[in-house]
Amino acid sequence: MLRSLTPVAIAIAVLALVQVLLNTFEMEFVSVLAMKVGISVILAVSLNIINGMTGQFSIGHAGFMAVGAYTASALTLTLADYRLSFLPPALSDQVYFVLALLVGGAAAALAGFLVGLPSLRLRGDYLAIVTLGFGEIIRVVVQNSPSLGGSLGLNNVPGYTTVAMVWFWAFVVVLLAFRLSQSPHGRALWAIREDEVAAEAMGVDTTGYKVRAFVVSSFFAGVAGGLFTHYLRIATPAKFDFMLSMEVVVMVVAGGLGSTTGAATAAIFLTLLPEGLRTLFRSVGPEDGSWADKVDQVRMPIYGLLLVIIMLTRPQGIFGRHEVWDRWLKPKKKPVPA
Amino acid sequence: MLEPVKTLGTRAERKRLLDVQGVKVAYGAIAALKGVSLSVGEGEVVALIGANGAGKTSTLRAVSGMLKPVGGSITLRGQDITGHKAHTLVPKGMAHAPEGRGIFPNLTVEENLKLGAFLRHDTDGIEADAEKSFTFFPVLKERRKQMAGTLSGGEQQMLAISRALMSRPQLLLLDEPSLGLAPQVTQTIFRILREVNAQGVSILLVEQNAHLALGLCHWAYVLETGEVVMNGTGAELLQSDDIRKAYLGE
Ligand SMILES: Nc1ncnc2c1ncn2[C@@H]1O[C@H](COP(=O)(O)OP(=O)(O)OP(=O)(O)O)[C@@H](O)[C@H]1O
Ligand SMILES: [Mg+2]
Repeated sequence: MLRSLTPVAIAIAVLALVQVLLNTFEMEFVSVLAMKVGISVILAVSLNIINGMTGQFSIGHAGFMAVGAYTASALTLTLADYRLSFLPPALSDQVYFVLALLVGGAAAALAGFLVGLPSLRLRGDYLAIVTLGFGEIIRVVVQNSPSLGGSLGLNNVPGYTTVAMVWFWAFVVVLLAFRLSQSPHGRALWAIREDEVAAEAMGVDTTGYKVRAFVVSSFFAGVAGGLFTHYLRIATPAKFDFMLSMEVVVMVVAGGLGSTTGAATAAIFLTLLPEGLRTLFRSVGPEDGSWADKVDQVRMPIYGLLLVIIMLTRPQGIFGRHEVWDRWLKPKKKPVPA
Repeated sequence: MLEPVKTLGTRAERKRLLDVQGVKVAYGAIAALKGVSLSVGEGEVVALIGANGAGKTSTLRAVSGMLKPVGGSITLRGQDITGHKAHTLVPKGMAHAPEGRGIFPNLTVEENLKLGAFLRHDTDGIEADAEKSFTFFPVLKERRKQMAGTLSGGEQQMLAISRALMSRPQLLLLDEPSLGLAPQVTQTIFRILREVNAQGVSILLVEQNAHLALGLCHWAYVLETGEVVMNGTGAELLQSDDIRKAYLGE
C-alpha cells in the first residue's frame, strides 16, 4: 500500500510546484497546451486498456466522456452555491472538483458496465457497433434534455481545471495501466487479446475480465470529460461527437495497440501537432488567419490517412506492444559463439 | 507400435470421472450431436474416433463448456456441470487442448505455459511443472523465449499439450494431437500421453489416426453423424471388420 502511494505523493508534490511556477510566470499558452495534451493522454491511455491490452474494439470513448462531463459539470454547478467554510475558496472549489470528477467517472463507469456486459459477452465486433451507437444516443439524449441545456449545453461551468489536476489524473491512469499490465490481471487481458477461446480454456473468466477492463477504461474517459468541460467552461453535446472518439482511436492505434507509453506518446504528438501548425500558420500564413482556421478541417482527413498508412505498413502500431524504453532495456542479441 | 497402456481391471470396476448422457448440440438448425453418451473412468484413456464432421470436436467442446448443449447432461465426479462455462471447469480439474492447438501466437513459449497455470498460485509448483514439460519436450526448452506463433506445427502441438497439463488436470481433453504431424513426432506425443496417463491423468482423446488411438486407449467410442454407433476396448475395435474397413483403410 505504502509502495503504491509513494509515487502518487511525489507526483502531487511535483505537480503542485509546476502549478505554482505556471501561475507565477503567467504562462497562459503553455498551460492551455499542457491541459489539452494531458486530457488526450488520459483518453488514449484509458482506451488502450480496452482496445490495446484486451484487443476489443471500442469506438465510443466520447460517449463515456460525455457521461462523465455532464455529470461532473452538473455537480459543480450545483455545488458552486455552497462553500466549505473551513477552507479557502480556491481549495474548496478544488475539493468539489475532485468529488465531481470522481462522481463523473463513476457515472461513466456505470454506463460502461451497462454497455459492456451485454456486448462483451458476444464476439469482439459487437462492441464496436454498440459503442458507436451508445455515443450517438448519449449525444442525442443530451441534445434533447432541457435540464442539460439541450444543444446549447451547460454554460458557466466553473473553470476549475488546472494543469496539475489534469496531469495528476494522467499520472494515475498511466500508473494504473502499468501496474495492470504487469499483474496476473494483465496477463489475462493479453490472453484474451491473443485468443479468447484458448484464454477461456486456461480458466480465464473472459467476460468478467473484459467487462472490468471496459469499466476501468470508461471511468477514466468520464474523468477526462469532467476535466475537459471545466477547462472549456461549457459542456455542449457537439464537443463529444464521433470525431472525438475517432481521434482517440487513432492515437491508440498509432501508438501501438497495447503499449501504454506508445499511446501516451501518440496522444502528446497528435495533440501538439495541430496546435503547432496553427501557431506556425498564424505567423507565416495570410494576415486573416485563414490557414490557421483550416487546420481543424484538414485534421480528420489527415488522421484517416495516417490510420490507413499505419495499418498498411505497421499494423502493430509504432511501438507495438512494447513500451518506449524496451528498445534500450533489452539486451542486444549477440550471435552465440559456437 | 506402442505397448498398450497398463490394464485397469474391468471397466465396470472403475470409478466414473466423466459421464456424458444423451448430449445434444446444435449449430442453428443443424444438429451436430443427436444424443451422445459416453464415459471416462478414473485413470482411463478413452478414444473417440469417427469420420470428418461426425461430431468429435463438438463433443469435446460440450464437455469442456465451450458450447452449451441443447439437451442431455454432463457430470464430473458425480457433479452436474452441464452448460457450465469453460473457465469454471478448469479449477474442477478439466483441461482442454482445443482443435487447431489454440496457442497464444504472440506470447513466448514460457508465457504460454504460465497462462496454462493461470489459476494456480504455487510459484514453485508452476516452475517444477514447466520444467517437467521441458523434460517431456526438450525442444520447448530451447525455444522458451521464442514467440509461440513461430514454432513449427509439431512444436506448437507439444506446447498445447504441455500448456494444458500446466493446470494439473485430472481429465485432459485432446482434439487431434496428431493432426498434420510427421509420424515420428506423433509417436513422441503418444509416448508422452501414455506417460502422462501413467501418472494418473485421465484422457479423452479425439483422433483421426484410429490405429494409434485404439492402440493406446482403454476404451473407445465410434461416432457417426452425431451418434455413438459402437464402443469397446481398443483391441476389440481393432478386430472389428466394420472398423477395419471404415477407419483403418483395410
Ligand atoms: N460453428 C459451427 N457452425 C455450424 N456448424 C458447425 C460448427 N461447428 C461444427 N459444425 C458442424 O457440426 C458437425 C460436427 O462438427 P465437428 O467439428 O464436431 O466434427 P468433427 O468430428 O470434429 O470433425 P473433424 O474430424 O473434421 O474435426 C459438422 O457437420 C460441422 O459442419
Ligand atoms: Mg474436429
